[in-house]
Amino acid sequence: MNRMIATSRVSHQFGTEHVLQDIDLTIDEGEIFGLLGPSGAGKTTLVKIIVGILRPSSGTVDVQGIRMPSLQQMHHIGFMAQSDALYNELSAKENLDFFASVYGLKKGQRKDSIRSVLDVVNLTEHMNKPVETFSGGMKRRLSLAAALLHKPALLILDEPTVGIDPVLRESIWKELRRLQKAGTTIIVTTHVMDEAEKCDRLALLRDGFVIASGSPGELKQGINAGSMEQVFLYYGGEQS
Amino acid sequence: MRTWAIVRRILMQFKRDKRSLALMIVAPLFVLTLLWLVLDSEELTPDIALVDTPAPFALAVEEQDANVKEMTLEDAHDQLAENELDALISWEEQTPRVVLEGSDPSANSAVLRILREAGAQLSEGKQLNPDVEFLHGSNDFNLFDNVGPVLVGFFVFFFVFIVGGVSFLRERTQGTLERLLSTPLKRGEIVTGYLIGFGIFTIVQSVIIAAYSIFALDMFMSGSFFYVLLVTFLLALAALSLGTLLSSYAKNEFQMIQFIPLVIVPQVFFSGIFNLETMEPWLRAIGKVMPLTYGAEALRDIMIRGQGFESFQLQIYVLGGFTVLFALLNMFALKRHRRL
Repeated sequence: MNRMIATSRVSHQFGTEHVLQDIDLTIDEGEIFGLLGPSGAGKTTLVKIIVGILRPSSGTVDVQGIRMPSLQQMHHIGFMAQSDALYNELSAKENLDFFASVYGLKKGQRKDSIRSVLDVVNLTEHMNKPVETFSGGMKRRLSLAAALLHKPALLILDEPTVGIDPVLRESIWKELRRLQKAGTTIIVTTHVMDEAEKCDRLALLRDGFVIASGSPGELKQGINAGSMEQVFLYYGGEQS
Repeated sequence: MRTWAIVRRILMQFKRDKRSLALMIVAPLFVLTLLWLVLDSEELTPDIALVDTPAPFALAVEEQDANVKEMTLEDAHDQLAENELDALISWEEQTPRVVLEGSDPSANSAVLRILREAGAQLSEGKQLNPDVEFLHGSNDFNLFDNVGPVLVGFFVFFFVFIVGGVSFLRERTQGTLERLLSTPLKRGEIVTGYLIGFGIFTIVQSVIIAAYSIFALDMFMSGSFFYVLLVTFLLALAALSLGTLLSSYAKNEFQMIQFIPLVIVPQVFFSGIFNLETMEPWLRAIGKVMPLTYGAEALRDIMIRGQGFESFQLQIYVLGGFTVLFALLNMFALKRHRRL
């Protein structure tokens, strides 16, 4: 399997506050990789560094062998931020059309890809409504759709299922699996333990350190734990 | 080009956000109209006292639109001091001697207009050459005409600054700026997109505000309408680039509003509404770093003095320079959000 992401000794600080310390991760092509940790652990900072919005204070990140940040590489990355970054006064379709043209998609391509992503997140019938009339879940889905428009090879989702009901969460995960089958590499941050079980591999983050990593099965087996919760408590407890 | 994606989106947002649209067009028209009503009271009928003036002159004045009373010099002076009269006209060696109360510019101009017309009637076109004095010295007769060009420039500047700054700020607070910076968009493309998108809109805004002031409110205008548009457009771009730049240093809309007393109000003081000739030169130099100073100066050259391009080209270049400078600084400020 080809390597999608390699981070090497990535550290980051805001002012004097150390947010990430010596992160070494490798993520293979086609994986669903989870970043699990409580809020404030540095998950968002790490994904922003991988996306290329932030430049790490030290260390390096390569995506498909290219050093980040790189504008060229951003063409192949889809990012769904923690907040629904949408223009509320515009309709769902207009939002998608804007993001599609930001990625340089031509008019015909835009139309096709908007139709297909709206279908994926099940918003086709609402596409002409302004986003300000959307519920929280609909906005979340639209944000996801916006990240899929340019068919990225790497999809990075920051807390994609926060504030979403179980049914919808299930349907989003189903969609992620489908994208994975199509060859997309996916990084998901979450603080929900049962969601972590759905990832192929995980890294547990706490206070800016990776305290453990591996597949959910490996992590549980290693310490004879029954659930991810126990795994986290085990490693987290050791740390403090 | 990706910049056009932003341009199209901004125009679409304007179409949706009718209220901001109204703020940028209707609000300036409304305030200008109010100011016109307050300042440009041509209908004012002044109270004039005549002291021992020749009968033909007195008759001529009485025929004008004025409340005329004959009284003694002493009474007239007392009443003038108490602001019961607007002017006192006496006669000295074949010429009228006028004392204006002076505190009300519109009354001053009304009295002088009456004198001019009475004089024309008397001597069939020959000037009367009255000897004019002010009780409360001021010779600023037609305030609205005088400050009108500055006001047109100011309102364009003010509303573009606010709306442009706030919409760029919202881009940050609603997370879309970060989202845009996760795409291959360059920082320069974002700033240029904003300049063009709002630029297109401000052309429309400038046409409406300038046309309304000049044709509907009958603001004094002796130059080219096209030049007026050129200057207000450049002023709007400077306001937009300054507003978007400063929005980087505001956390929310309220903090954006806090820039008004710091950035906008001082520009009004130095824009030529107030006479700065008695000010210390080094203090006056403060005005040199303010875009509105140049915009207002150019607009006065065009509208009041009716001058051609050569006389205000420097101001045009300076305004353009401000826009380029602020836009470059903004691209630099965006580095805080993405280094690349």
